[in-house]
Amino acid sequence: MSASPTITPGVTSGPGSDFSDVTGSDAALRRFLHGLPGVDQVGAEARAAALGTRSIKTTAKEFAIDLAIRMVDLTTLEGADTAGKVRALAAKAMLPDPADQTCPSTAAVCVYPDLVAVAKQTLGESGVHVAAVATAFPSGRAALDIKLADTRDAVEAGADEIDMVIDRGAFLSGHYRQVYDEIVAVREACGSAHLKVIFETGELQTYDNVRRASWLAMMAGAHFIKTSTGKVQPAATLPVTLVMLEAVRDFREATGRMVGVKPAGGIRTSKDAIKYLVMVNEVAGPDWLDPDWFRFGASTLLNDLLMQRTKMTTGRYSGPDYFTLD
Amino acid sequence: MSNRIDVRKTYKLYIGGAFPRSESGRSYEVLDPKGRFLANASLASRKDARDAVVAARKAFGGWSGRTSYNRAQVVYRIAEVLESRRAQLEQELRDSEGVSASKARDYVDLAVDRLVWYAGWADKLTQVVGNANPVAGPFFNLSTPEPSGVIAVIAPKGPLLGLVSVLAPVIVTGNTAVVVASEEHPLPAITLAEIMATADVPGGVVNILTGTRAELAPGLAAHMDVNGIDLTGIDDPALALSLEQAAADNLKRVRRPAAEDLLATPSLSRMTAFLETKTVWHPIGV
Amino acid sequence: MSTETTKTVFEYAPAPESRAVVDIKASYGLFVNGEHVEGRGTPFKTVNPATEEVLAEVAEADEADIDAAVKAARRAYEKVWGPMPGKERAKYLYRIARIIQERSRELAVLETIDNGKPIKESRDVDVPTVAAHFFYYAGWADKLEFSGYGTTPLGVAGQVIPWNFPLLMLAWKVAPALACGNTVVLKPAETTPLTALLFAEICQQADLPPGVVNIVTGAGRTGQALVSHPGVDKVAFTGSTDVGKAIARAVAGTDKKVTLELGGKAANIVFDDAPLDQAVEGIVNGIFFNQGHVCCAGSRLLVQESIADDLLARLKRRMSTLRVGDPLDKNTDIGAINSAEQLARIRELSAIGEAEGSERWSPACDLPTTGYWFPPTLFTGVSQAHRIAREEIFGPVLSVLTFRTPSEAVEKANNTPYGLSAGVWSDKGSLILKIAAELRAGVVWANTFNKFDPTSPFGGFKESGYGREGGRHGLEAYLKGADQ
Repeated sequence: MSASPTITPGVTSGPGSDFSDVTGSDAALRRFLHGLPGVDQVGAEARAAALGTRSIKTTAKEFAIDLAIRMVDLTTLEGADTAGKVRALAAKAMLPDPADQTCPSTAAVCVYPDLVAVAKQTLGESGVHVAAVATAFPSGRAALDIKLADTRDAVEAGADEIDMVIDRGAFLSGHYRQVYDEIVAVREACGSAHLKVIFETGELQTYDNVRRASWLAMMAGAHFIKTSTGKVQPAATLPVTLVMLEAVRDFREATGRMVGVKPAGGIRTSKDAIKYLVMVNEVAGPDWLDPDWFRFGASTLLNDLLMQRTKMTTGRYSGPDYFTLD
Repeated sequence: MSNRIDVRKTYKLYIGGAFPRSESGRSYEVLDPKGRFLANASLASRKDARDAVVAARKAFGGWSGRTSYNRAQVVYRIAEVLESRRAQLEQELRDSEGVSASKARDYVDLAVDRLVWYAGWADKLTQVVGNANPVAGPFFNLSTPEPSGVIAVIAPKGPLLGLVSVLAPVIVTGNTAVVVASEEHPLPAITLAEIMATADVPGGVVNILTGTRAELAPGLAAHMDVNGIDLTGIDDPALALSLEQAAADNLKRVRRPAAEDLLATPSLSRMTAFLETKTVWHPIGV
Repeated sequence: MSTETTKTVFEYAPAPESRAVVDIKASYGLFVNGEHVEGRGTPFKTVNPATEEVLAEVAEADEADIDAAVKAARRAYEKVWGPMPGKERAKYLYRIARIIQERSRELAVLETIDNGKPIKESRDVDVPTVAAHFFYYAGWADKLEFSGYGTTPLGVAGQVIPWNFPLLMLAWKVAPALACGNTVVLKPAETTPLTALLFAEICQQADLPPGVVNIVTGAGRTGQALVSHPGVDKVAFTGSTDVGKAIARAVAGTDKKVTLELGGKAANIVFDDAPLDQAVEGIVNGIFFNQGHVCCAGSRLLVQESIADDLLARLKRRMSTLRVGDPLDKNTDIGAINSAEQLARIRELSAIGEAEGSERWSPACDLPTTGYWFPPTLFTGVSQAHRIAREEIFGPVLSVLTFRTPSEAVEKANNTPYGLSAGVWSDKGSLILKIAAELRAGVVWANTFNKFDPTSPFGGFKESGYGREGGRHGLEAYLKGADQ
């Protein structure tokens, strides 16, 4: 059974997905985005915490751990990344547990654009995708043509998925149209590659902003909306992800089109990952319980998932010495 | 020349800001302590009491919705006008109760001062009996007193100080009142009503019935649109018991009759007896 | 592609909390003067409403038992508890708070077994709040001179509590009474006596002097004997408005001080600018928390017409994720109805709702075959005149009404003899403050619902009763007052 996510190039528009009347100007976008229902911080956080108390046992847990592994975008985004590091990571993505061939592979590896070719070479036709961060990641502070060139470069090198960052400065100063146009342009530069749009929710600060950014990105054609670069604290949190899951759920209600969600950064344990899956299941619905529609941007999470998996199959608790550090 | 004949006052009820006679067309003779005729007072009927409740209910929203500062000024204004008409009140006290001139002066002094004392509470009580509550969570939480609604007040015998002492604490917090005036000495109550009518007390905030406790109190105690009852003026324990039992039908707030020194500075209890504590929660977040 | 398998497998496996932590005896006596004693009435059985299994036989206190308990309380009041300095009383209450924390798992499991409420709630809400309540009032015991209500206790308090929050209502009654220097005779509800009897053991572990807390079990007759006992100085009751009125009648003409916390039919008002997802959570929490066995439940949803369809769609979707079943399962959201009698009442009123023309909806859910169960239920097309909009159902049944303007919302919300609680949802601060000011209810939750805290006074307007429990205000019920 392949864990490969399927890509449907140029996801089709559903009914009611014509937003031209609200995307024409900053003012029109502002009217629309600020007309979305507000998010009460305390209520949203209480709901996320309540979902976190679900107790997942036995078969459900086995299922959840394998699903979580299949949803991992195994990530390295360091200045010190080398071809060797990326090859090792790619090998781990394809075969996370060399001692157990039944262990599924991850969804993707996620690297900087200049290392896409290396990753692609290692992954070949394994079905594990290459995702590249682009658009002057992580700050997004570059001219648009540089961001587009960055994107094209990654796609030409074989990236299946592009993780772009929005211009938070533009967003926070109310230049919604600029953010929107950039996403549209990057999506075009992606060609057949899938586009994930990173908000850097730690910089947007409020859940109202997260909801608005979610709709802005979805209207501009994002395939996925993603919380964070991993370079800013706080990165992904349960309540931020809750608000984004509500947004994709409501967007499908409105347009018929599904958009994926990717929390990234700060998810380190199986217990955390399972809380996210519970939330996906109960908020967006089981349709999103699929690597096509939900991903974890993570690095250390994978080893904890593997340790839990081993515990479930052997009945013993494992330790970090038994799993590779890549 | 002493040939001029007095123009006497007709003592009527005070309902909804107007001074109607009893709908029953009845009156009763009010005598002085020596048994001499003073005047005919309206003998209010159960129907008059019901009309008074309707008037009080109608006035409640507006009166309770006023600012505390405004209510303070209105009650203070009653004191001002009472002071300006003290000669008349002193005379009425002497006539009806037979008290000495100096005693009558004392009573009026105390009544005026008591109104002033209660007037000042209007915009302070919330600060004294309200609370900000430090709940264990990200919530703003505030408890404030609110008036219970329409309060029936069975006033004590003392025609002026007694009436002021039970009425002011009820209305200053925003309740409206239906008062059964002293059955024995009803005339000063109606004069006080005239004072209130000219002291910017909105119609219906205070309604004064003259008549018998035995006829009026049971209907008020059982009335489902009355929120509280002050039984101070009931000195018959059997009647007090039956009134409290009737009040249970809609869970009126009941102030039982109890010995009280009207000459001493009051506590807060006459006000808090007819207040509800409302607690409002709101999350604190961005 | 593995999508097909993924969609079918993520069904949570049962995650039952272990029962091993509780030790239920075959029979229980009364707790009088620090000892477990036999009752003189006819013993009755308490059952697990989720299984109909008989849990234990419980003694019924008759008038002689009540008399003995009141006398024990009086002795303790006069000889020990009344004279004891506040700072020493405080330490006993702190001890009790700590033992409740130490035995929290046991208390939560026992509460869930006897009451039917989900373990998630007894574990995360009831028991922690109970401990917090004792901790809070412990600190008042030596600070009463700052309360504004004087420092003089009333004497012996007779307290009667309901079955919906057995231990929490015990805490609301016992903690402030003891902090102020009173002693108590408490009667738990006949369907949920077990945690109160376990609390008796906690009093023993805390070395609380005998007679300070007495627990008498039984039904209405026992409660009646307690509140009308002439040796009782203070009556505190939480329960139905009908019984509350009977108590108010029974104490008329006496010197007994009374507080009553009774029924409600709270409006939960959602304006068109509300934070909708949180409003949906608040509606769900408002009516389905504790199976709707909550006097302050948000049982009337008043939704602004312009968003009614959207909100109802969201609400129904959310209701479809509620998990009804084994209360001991940590994933259960809605547990068992507390008794056959209560279930019959919920069924009857729901049937009346349908007969009166309201549209009834419940999500698909499999209810267990034994025990007392009722699915989360929504009625739409309800008007103010319908019985389900006026009467307290005390179950997981929500009546939905609409309004057009703020004044219409307030008018409808206040159009009830009750006045316990209300909710208001809007993102506009000034609107919230205006509506909160106009609602005739003792607790107004704005952009939240069903929140409780020991520092926050709770109690009703109008026929929802009088007096407050919780906070500084809660002391008033157990002190003679500043002018006494």
